[in-house]
Amino acid sequence: MTPETAGEPLLRVEGLKVHFPVTRGLLRRRVGAVRAVDDVSFDIAAGETLGLVGESGCGKSSTGRAILRLYAPTAGSVRLEGREISRLDGRELRALRPRMQMIFQDPQASLNPRMTVGSIIAEPLREHTGMGREEIRARVQELLDAVGLARAYASRYPHEFSGGQRQRIGIARALALNPKFIVCDEPIAALDVSIQAQVVNLLEDLQEQFGLTYLFISHDLSMVRHLARRVAVMYLGRIMELGPRDPLYARPLHPYSAALLSAVPSPDPELEARRERIVLRGDVPSPRHPPEGCVFSTRCPKVFDRCRREIPALRAAGQGRRVACHLVEPEGEPGPDIQQRRSG
Amino acid sequence: MTEITGAAAPERTLWSDVWYQFRHHRGAVAGVIILGIIVLAILIGPWLHGVDPQHIDIRARNAQPSLAHPMGTDNIGRDIFAQVLQGGRVSLSVGVTAMLLSLLLGTLVGVLAGFFRRLDGVLMRLTDLFLALPLLPLLLVIIMLFRDTLRGLFGPETGIFLLIVFIIGITSWMQTARIVRGDVLTLKEQEFVLAARSIGTPSHRIILRHVLPNILSPIMVSATLGVANAIITESALSFLGLGFPSDFPTWGRLLFDGANFMMLNPARVIWPGLAISLTVLSINFIGDGLRDALDPRIRGR
Repeated sequence: MTPETAGEPLLRVEGLKVHFPVTRGLLRRRVGAVRAVDDVSFDIAAGETLGLVGESGCGKSSTGRAILRLYAPTAGSVRLEGREISRLDGRELRALRPRMQMIFQDPQASLNPRMTVGSIIAEPLREHTGMGREEIRARVQELLDAVGLARAYASRYPHEFSGGQRQRIGIARALALNPKFIVCDEPIAALDVSIQAQVVNLLEDLQEQFGLTYLFISHDLSMVRHLARRVAVMYLGRIMELGPRDPLYARPLHPYSAALLSAVPSPDPELEARRERIVLRGDVPSPRHPPEGCVFSTRCPKVFDRCRREIPALRAAGQGRRVACHLVEPEGEPGPDIQQRRSG
Repeated sequence: MTEITGAAAPERTLWSDVWYQFRHHRGAVAGVIILGIIVLAILIGPWLHGVDPQHIDIRARNAQPSLAHPMGTDNIGRDIFAQVLQGGRVSLSVGVTAMLLSLLLGTLVGVLAGFFRRLDGVLMRLTDLFLALPLLPLLLVIIMLFRDTLRGLFGPETGIFLLIVFIIGITSWMQTARIVRGDVLTLKEQEFVLAARSIGTPSHRIILRHVLPNILSPIMVSATLGVANAIITESALSFLGLGFPSDFPTWGRLLFDGANFMMLNPARVIWPGLAISLTVLSINFIGDGLRDALDPRIRGR
């Protein structure tokens, strides 16, 4: 980190938008856009884990991919270590790649079936370092050790491994260049429950060992609770609520977060018996035609007139929390409606 | 999954694995043996057999197979065996070269169209254009226009060889291009290509390292079919009098010349036909074996 950026978090995303054009006809006339990510802002401090949760299709992955510049952001700014990266191109972008890496959802699809594990892990090294054959070999073995795989696996092919082992290979590849920042795009969603814990523990150990910063994208709320220090809840391309994990899980301010969290079963049978499931009606609207006003207004149990007219801004709500809801008073306690429901 | 026992496992190289798998593919091994015999016969056969394929022996016309003429003779007494051996040189080299050319073109167009979205429309419309061209009139025109120039430049045989290879090559790449494009399109969305991009691998290396090895199967299939196709197209051209000179035997030409005498002397059709079929079949099996051997998921099963 350079001195003048010392005050800045490792990653700062401001007003990020990713719109995919919808074209029709022979001339590819633009007839609209899928607003995958719409005006998303957050910070991640060095060494921190931010959990990004939401249901399928809410733009979590697109956010992660736009930050890594795998998708071109439509608007907004992404600053990594104080440097604006959302407009970089070609050589500059390539030079930045080693700083940020990604762990993918499907460990089967994210490994080239025709390459050996050794050459998969070595690919970033071959692309970005001038290492010789022996150096690369040594580094690959080091990485295999780091993710808990046998060194002899280097000459095997991905299809010879189980899902958890494949995910470890993907993690080793992401670690190869000593990145500062890693986007974990649902890294455990495709794994058996018994393997999920192993991979999450590995991610935690590696974070401690190498001082990594994670953006942990998941729809598994319990895993996020375990891993993340702060959590952002997304719905239809927008952040609904962002805040430190414990207060957010204990007392969600946004009606959507409340509904989402009410779906998580509790291991404590007494709490589980008292758990009130908030069932949302209807389906998620199409991101091609998001509702006017608050995007959640079509399904919100607490909806009122203003919600359908005005987009709520993501405002500070105390304790470092930010909420995008008209019911929540700025910098204050939640509106009377939500409090009532919580107590009753 | 197989168990691994520590670091004792020997280092395997890609090509030793491929070779191991290839050897265990019975069809492929048979294909290699048959093709090897055909190639050997073509290369050293004329030297051993020692009969000039153009030698006319009018007294021995339409002869039955004998020691002097193992496959008999044609209607003007030329030795069929010598002609088949001689014709094989041309047919095989035309087949293989034209296949390579069309494969190269098809793969290039297919990969570019599939990988680079901007080129897709243009290249695929070009492919459609080529598919829509009436082939035979086109061939006639090209040959009429360029035959004499090329003959003048490279001599009568090399000139016509180049012309035929070129014509077959540029008129048969479209299917390959379409298949390859389709596969590249699905492959491009795979996460490992995205992973390579997130590493910062440049496009040309993504294509070489991640895309091409994974579309080997359709390319192999196209290749094996392409050889057969090229041999047969060459025959058709020769039949129309547009191919090699009439005194220059190729398998296709022998087949068509013999067709008129099929009732009288079936050997004239059977031998060149058998040669074409065996070649195509063995190349097909070799392609099949190669495809399996190059796929690590099938390897070792």
